[in-house]
Order: sequence, then C-alpha cells, then structure tokens
Amino acid sequence: MSNLYFTKQHEYVKVEGDTAYCGISNFAQEELGEVIKVILPEVGKQIKKGEEVCYVESPKESAKVYAPVSGEIIEVNSKLDDEPELINNDPYGDGWIFKVKISSPDEIKELMDEDAYNKFIEG
Amino acid sequence: MIKDREPLIFELSEEGKSGFSIPELDIEEKNYIPEELLREELKGLPEVSEVEIVRHYTALAHYNYSVDEGFYPLGSCTMKYNPKINEKTAGMEGFLLSHPYSPYELVQGNLKLIRTLENILSELTGFPFFTLYPSAGAHGELAGMLMIRKKLELRGNPRKIVLIPDSAHGTNPASSHFAGYDVKEIPSGEEGYLKVETVKEYLNEDVAALMMTNPNTLGVYEREIKEIAEALHENGSYLYMDGANFNALMGYVKPAELGVDVLHLNLHKTFSTPHGGGGPGAGPVGVAKEFEEVLPVPVIKEIDGKYVPDFNRPNSIGKIRSFYGNFGVLIKALTYLLEMGAEGLKKATEFAVLNANYIRENLKDTYELPYKTRTLHEVVFSEDSFKKYGVKTVDIAKRLLDYGIHPPTVYFPLIVHGALMIEPTETESKKTLDTFIETMKKIHKEAENNPELLKEAPHFTPVRRLNEVLAAKKPKLKYKEEEE
Amino acid sequence: MRYFPNSENSIKAMLESVGVKSIEELFSSIPRSNLTKDKVGYGKPLSEPEIIEFFKNLESENKVKEYKLFLGGGSYFHHIPEVVNYLSMKGEFVTPYTPYQPEVSQGTLQATFEYQTMISDLTGMEFSNASLYDGATAAAEGLLLAWRITRKNKFLIARSLHPEYISTIKTYIKNLNIEFDFIDYDESGKISKEDFDKKFNEEIGGVLIQSPNFFGIIEDYKWIKDKIGESKTLLISVIAEALSLGILKPPSEFGSDVAVGEAQSFGLYPYFGGPTLGFITTSNKKFLWEMPGRIVGETVDAEGKRGFVLTLSTREQHIRRERATSNICSNQAWCVIRAAIFLSVYGKKGLRELAKQNLIKANYAKERIKEIGIKIRFDGPTFNEFVIETENAEEAYRKLLDKKIVAGIPLKWFYPEDEKGLLLTFTEVNKKTEIDELVKALEEIK
Repeated sequence: MSNLYFTKQHEYVKVEGDTAYCGISNFAQEELGEVIKVILPEVGKQIKKGEEVCYVESPKESAKVYAPVSGEIIEVNSKLDDEPELINNDPYGDGWIFKVKISSPDEIKELMDEDAYNKFIEG
Repeated sequence: MIKDREPLIFELSEEGKSGFSIPELDIEEKNYIPEELLREELKGLPEVSEVEIVRHYTALAHYNYSVDEGFYPLGSCTMKYNPKINEKTAGMEGFLLSHPYSPYELVQGNLKLIRTLENILSELTGFPFFTLYPSAGAHGELAGMLMIRKKLELRGNPRKIVLIPDSAHGTNPASSHFAGYDVKEIPSGEEGYLKVETVKEYLNEDVAALMMTNPNTLGVYEREIKEIAEALHENGSYLYMDGANFNALMGYVKPAELGVDVLHLNLHKTFSTPHGGGGPGAGPVGVAKEFEEVLPVPVIKEIDGKYVPDFNRPNSIGKIRSFYGNFGVLIKALTYLLEMGAEGLKKATEFAVLNANYIRENLKDTYELPYKTRTLHEVVFSEDSFKKYGVKTVDIAKRLLDYGIHPPTVYFPLIVHGALMIEPTETESKKTLDTFIETMKKIHKEAENNPELLKEAPHFTPVRRLNEVLAAKKPKLKYKEEEE
Repeated sequence: MRYFPNSENSIKAMLESVGVKSIEELFSSIPRSNLTKDKVGYGKPLSEPEIIEFFKNLESENKVKEYKLFLGGGSYFHHIPEVVNYLSMKGEFVTPYTPYQPEVSQGTLQATFEYQTMISDLTGMEFSNASLYDGATAAAEGLLLAWRITRKNKFLIARSLHPEYISTIKTYIKNLNIEFDFIDYDESGKISKEDFDKKFNEEIGGVLIQSPNFFGIIEDYKWIKDKIGESKTLLISVIAEALSLGILKPPSEFGSDVAVGEAQSFGLYPYFGGPTLGFITTSNKKFLWEMPGRIVGETVDAEGKRGFVLTLSTREQHIRRERATSNICSNQAWCVIRAAIFLSVYGKKGLRELAKQNLIKANYAKERIKEIGIKIRFDGPTFNEFVIETENAEEAYRKLLDKKIVAGIPLKWFYPEDEKGLLLTFTEVNKKTEIDELVKALEEIK
C-alpha cells in the first residue's frame, strides 16, 4: 500500500510518520507542461489545509499549490531553484516541493489514496 | 524567394564603418572634466553604414505581421485600422519640437490640445474631469485606484479590499495591489454577467471598490451595472470601470450616467492610435465630480483665455509620471475624434458589434460557444469542439498563421477553457470576415482529419514554433560576441 | 466614412445573416435605462484638409520655433537622423500588437533584443527589460525591485534626483508601507558623504543616485558601494540623460546593482514630454525573476533556427495577476525600435562623438558665463547642463524671453524657495554662435 495521498487540486502528500513530503501529482505536472520556475514557500511557515502555499510555473502559467494538510513547513526543496524540471521528471521523488510537520493527522483521512485519485482524474 | 534569416545588427558590424552625420565641433576641445569620470570605448554598439541599417530594419519589418497587412482579430485589444492622417498631425514640428519645460505662453497650442481632448472624452463618457497622463491602460488603472484610495482616505478610511470578477484582465488585480489593496475575486456567473445579488454577498465595510470591465471580456454587456453601482454606493464603496472595451458603447452608453465613479479608456484601442508593437499607448482616466481634488498634477486650467498647468493641489495623488504623458498619442486620438465626429463614433460602435455578431453567427455551429448570452463587440469560443481530436487552442492559433491571418486572443478570459476570443472591429469588410470564417472552418476540418498538421503549425512563417522553455530556463537577453 | 469598408449591400447581407432587422437590435442586451438620452455631440466629422488646418492652427500657437532654447532637465534636443524616422514609420513597426505570436513578430522581437543589448552594454549591466513608460516610473520600478529583493522598506534617495522622478516615486510607494529619506548634496552639488553616513544603516533596502544629477553634476560614487559593503542594500543608478552614457563611466563601474532611466535622447523628440522611453537594467541574474515588464529572450525554433520570444512571462500581470512584479502591460515598444535604429546609426564612434560635443559645448558655455561674472552654483564637474545663479532668476528669465531666448528652467518651478537658480542645458544642436549670443544677452541683463 502506497503512502501517497491526493487532493482534488492535484497536490500529493507522502506521509512519513508525523511529517510529509508535499508536491504536485504526475497528472498535474503533465497538464502544466515543462516547469520553468518554482516559487518556494518559507521554512517555518504555519500552513492551513487548503490555503495557497506556493507556485509552480510553466512558460505561460503560474499554478497555485494549496496546502494538502495543515502544519509547519520544516524544509523546502531548494534543488528546484536550479532544476525545476525535477517536478516533471520525478514528481513523487526528487520533485517534492516542501516538507510539513503535520499538525492534524486526521486530515490525511480526508484525502484520496492512489486508487481513488486515479479514478478521480479519469472520471 | 529563399533568404537567410536576417543577422543581428551586431553581426553586420565591422570596425571603421559608420552611419552618422553630424557637424564638426565648432568649439576647441579641452579636458573639462577629470579623466577618471570618462569611460573606455563603447563596446556594445555596432559600426554599420546607413545602407546596411536600412536593409537590416527593412528585413526585420518584413518579419512582422501588422494591421496594415491584414486582419488582426485580437479580442479585447481592438486592433482597428490606424488612420494615416493621425501620423501627419502628430508629426508636425510645432509639436515634436516643443519642450515640456517651455514657458507656458510658448506652448499654448499643446495645452489647448490637452483641454480639447479632455472635453471630447467628457462628452463621450459623461465624466466632468479627465486626466490624460497615464501612459497605458494599466497605468490608468493605477492612477484610478490611487484616486479612489485617496478619496476614501480623505473620507477617513482607505478600506482594504477591491472586488474583481474572475473574467477580468490581469492588470486589474495587479493595479489594485500596487494601490495597496487586497484583491477578492468574485465569480461572474453562469450567464456571463455579474449579478447584483452576487456583489452584495461580498460587500462589507472593508470593500473600497469593485473593478468591472463593461462589456466584459466575454463581450457581454453588464446589464446590472446600475444596480451594482447603487449597491456599492450604499456601502460607501466606489465603482471602477475598465473601459478597454468602450468600442462597444460609443454613442449608446455614457458610463458616468450608470453610476460609474472612475473609468479609464485606451486611446490605442478605441481611438485608433497604433499599438507600435506593444506601446506607447495612453490610458486617460475620467472621474466623477467629487474626484476633482485628487486628480494627478498638473491640471490644465483656462484663465482669462490662457491655459496654465496647476500644480498647487494639496489633495492630489501627485505625479503619475513625468511631464504630460504620451503627448504624441494624444494628438493622434484627437485627430481621429475630429475626423469621426460623434456620429462617426456611434457608427464605429455599431459596425464593430455587427462584425462580431456576424462572426459569431457563422462560426457558432462549428466552434463551441460556452456562453449563449448576446454579445456586443467580441465573441469567445472554447476548445470543446476540437479538444476531442487532441488539438489545442494554441494549435488552431498557429495554423491561422499559415493562412496569413493573425490569431485571436487565446486562453483568455480564464473562465473559458482554451478560449479563442475574437474582436474584428468595425474597420474590416465582410469579405475579410468571410475569408476568416471559411479559414476557421477549414482549420476545424483539418483538426478532425489531420491533427498533426495543426500541432506542427505554423509551417510557412519566418520561424517555426519557438522553444519558450529554453528561453526561460537559460535566459539570453543580449548578444555576446564571444559566444558566436 | 473612409474607415468603414462595408457597402450598404454588405451591411444588409450581414444583418440578414445574423437574423436581425436593424443594427439597434444588436444592442438589445443593454437595458433601456442604461442607454444615454443625452445626444453625444462635439461637432461634425471633419475632412482631411479641415483636420490639417485645425492642427496647423494649434501648432502655430506653439511659439517654440522662433526662440533659442537651452532646455533639458530630463528631456533633450538631439539630432535625430532621418533614417530613424524613415524606418520606424514603417507600418510593420507602427501597427502590430505586442508580440504574443512570436512567429509573426520577429521584427519587433529582434529589434527589441538588439535594443536590450545596446542599453545593457551602455549601462554596463547584464540584463535589460523591453522598456518602461519613462524615467520617472523606471525610477519607481527600480525602487520597487529592490524592495521585493531585499524585503526592506526603507530607502535613501538623493535630493538631487529629478524632482518629477521623486514625485512619481512618492505616488507609487505611498500605499505600500515604504519610506524614504533624502540624502543631501554638498557645496559641489554632489551627494554629501556626511549626510550619507548619518542616514545609512543596514535597514536600508536601496540607495537611489542620479548621475549626472538634476543640477547637471556628474557623481563619482564608488564610495557608496564601498560603504554599503556586505549589507544587502542595493545601489540603484538613475540616468535622466542617456546620452551621457556615451562618454561617462557607466553605472556598472560604480558597483550599481540596478540602473534605470530615461532614453528619450536616443531617437525621440522632446514632444512636450512624451512618448518617452524608460529603461531598467540589472547586473544580477538572481534579480531577473523580479524585473518588471516585458523581456525578450533568444531561443531556437522547432528546426533549430535562432528566434526571439517574450520570456519569463509568468512575472507579469496577465499570468500572476495580483502577484505580478508590476502592473505594466503596454510599454513603449515602438520607441525601443527608434532607439535601436538611432544607436545603430551613431554606433560606437558616433555616440561618443555626440556625447563629447554635448560635454564640450556645455562646458564652454559654463566657462564663458563664469567669465562675465555670473556665478555657477556648484563647482562639481558637469556633462551638458549646469545651474547659474542670478539675482532674481524669474526676472532674468523673463528679460531673456523678450530677447527670444528660453534660458533653461527656473529652479523655483520645483523648489519654491529657490529664487536664484536657472538650469541651463547645451547640446550638440546649440551652435557656438547661439551660445555666444546667450552669454551676451546674460551680460546685457546683468
């Protein structure tokens, strides 16, 4: 069973204990096209589920990334500054965007697991 | 004719060539200033002869598509024909060679020209005051929102929020932001126009203003605008109207009569001044009576038959830029207004609306019309009719280039998926529109039968599709000799 | 009406096709209560000869041609080669829109890329945008750029910055929680080191210096960069007379991070102050994503051929909306083409020659004026303008006006307490005989 959970706005969380890596789904990166710029959030920021956190940009679009869970941002993927294409190449691995210390673990239950998400994007 | 692509001007440069001609210095040379303030040789500039310069920029001109060449149906941009008489009047030496810091008595012609244009715009829109200094639509928006803020401040509270429908131009939220406001986006509704009931839901004591484009970017008239203005005023808020689409209203609607408080116009759209490849434009702002005190300085006054700029206005928002704005653009707009007269402008509006509806009627069975509401000067189709062939809006646009037609505005407004936004303007003939309609239908067939043809388009332009990812990831913004 | 290409028959056919009986029917979506009852009337349409007559009359009310002009202060008379007018007036440059479809806009895009190269080389910077409205808004945008980068909201601005630029900056920053303080100038007309030391600290986001400053004084300001040292403060150079870059040390040599200004001198007429040409350049690649306005970049097409596009577009309002780096959309694109042609014509040697002639003529005038016992306010070095002191500047100015001479700009217009200063400007278009005539007239009214 995968530890990936998804939002309807196509963010994912990869849960590891009480922290989670967050990014945009493979479907989202395909829709967006080649990523040229990621505007990262600040470390230490408290985020609430559903609020705008940061932005992923293709040449003609600036896509908003919403917080998939609430918590504190404890790390950001600064590799993306020089290699934004990681989001295209490896969205669930090296293409993660920020890491959250989860404050309300119950929120995970409201997200879709991989199967449910795949059905969601097909439907 | 097969020709190589024109090189950069720097690649034509060779030491010792020159293209300039100035008199010899009639004063003896001396070292007036310390050596250490002087620079070394200018390395970036080319050395080329006049004939090479003429050939070079003529070659570049050939790479451009323009209104002079053909149909340019960019939605919300009003790419109408740019009359040539405009260039004649704007090119008169008495204007070109007048300095902004001339004593006022020597530039009475200029000042009178400004007042004359202000008066005509007042007549057209119903606003008692205009400022002509903003250099573009967005600059007008900023000036307008700063005036609203100043007015609210004088009333005691500048407030915090500006409401903007989701169909608005990006400049609206950006301008509001730089005027110090937070932006709240509101849904424009299923019928394509904003309901007063929707606006009321968002009204509270923090709302400074609503910015509204009318007709909006779908080409739909905002039929509840009067009621919206009333609701705003009751709440102590103001109504800003983006007049980018004023070409649909001339002679029919005076925005001031609807309760609009502040309005900007685009002289480079509605009033025929050329776009010049992206500027210079002019974005005059009209305001209701109570805003007189906050107008940007200087305000041109007529005192005893003389025109004098008034800078001493304590409640003014101040200067919005240097001098008197893009004065040359003002001359062109005034020329157009005088040529057309009020009756000509009304006809322009009527023919613009007729042309747009003719396109709508003849393409609506081929392309998907997402909003069925009646439209005025432009029409927006969505990607829904061709998406199933794996073809995107951008592919349709690029294929149009192969047929020698400039594409419509694409992917805007954002509320329509894969939007194609078409504004023909009044200066196009039925024949041109018929060609466009037939071409659009043909391309739709191509999308169905040969989608690859579209995805690789354009095929016959000076360059093929350009790699925008490369341009953004490895920004190369200037020529460097050593790399070549 | 000559701009309407449809015959009555075509109009009828179109109405039929649309399915309406009259054009008015097309406006049925506008509620009756919204239609104006007031007839719009400001006069009957005029014919072409009548229009020309109208504007000739207006033009003749401008009396500038009969006068000797020694005017500058941010708008300058320079000789514009005929080929600039000829080429820039081509319909292919005048009548296209913003190059959103690069495949059919390579002309505008390549010329803009050439301009970006020239202006960034002239300022000594690495990156230029594709223009801003004018020098005043460019100064404001330069300050806002530093604000975004440093996230500091306190600024120092030279009091000798063009007063209209200062006013415009005030208008732009008023509601953004940004403050600034002035740095005074000393007796030589240069930035006061003492005042700088008093006011500078690490909380300052940026320092704005104009050189040559509004009084014409050439600043030597490398020391500012040294004092800024390791702090994050940005040094922003403002240039109101771009021609000075033809001979004076560029901002890069003073360690500037950003150079902004007005390039009207490159191929634009004074034109009562507009169209103008604002520029913004920076030396730092990291600042690129914070730049305002359009930027043209080089790339390749699907066949590998060189081509140009608008790039880093997500910075702009049509994509990031309220998060954009600026609200600017339309810029001064056509003026950019004129500047590119102008700079190609003058080139490496010509621009320097032009700049040199300005410097020599103005300094010759300064020397002559000094000789007749009129005080030059500041003793700092000058390029093509300087301030003289008279007993009563307004009075002297009026007397010279009677002699058909416009003796620059009375500083009282900008600084109400300044009764004595006149800012005089001399460019290559002022012949020696004209300068001598001015000197003689000054002597006569003394």
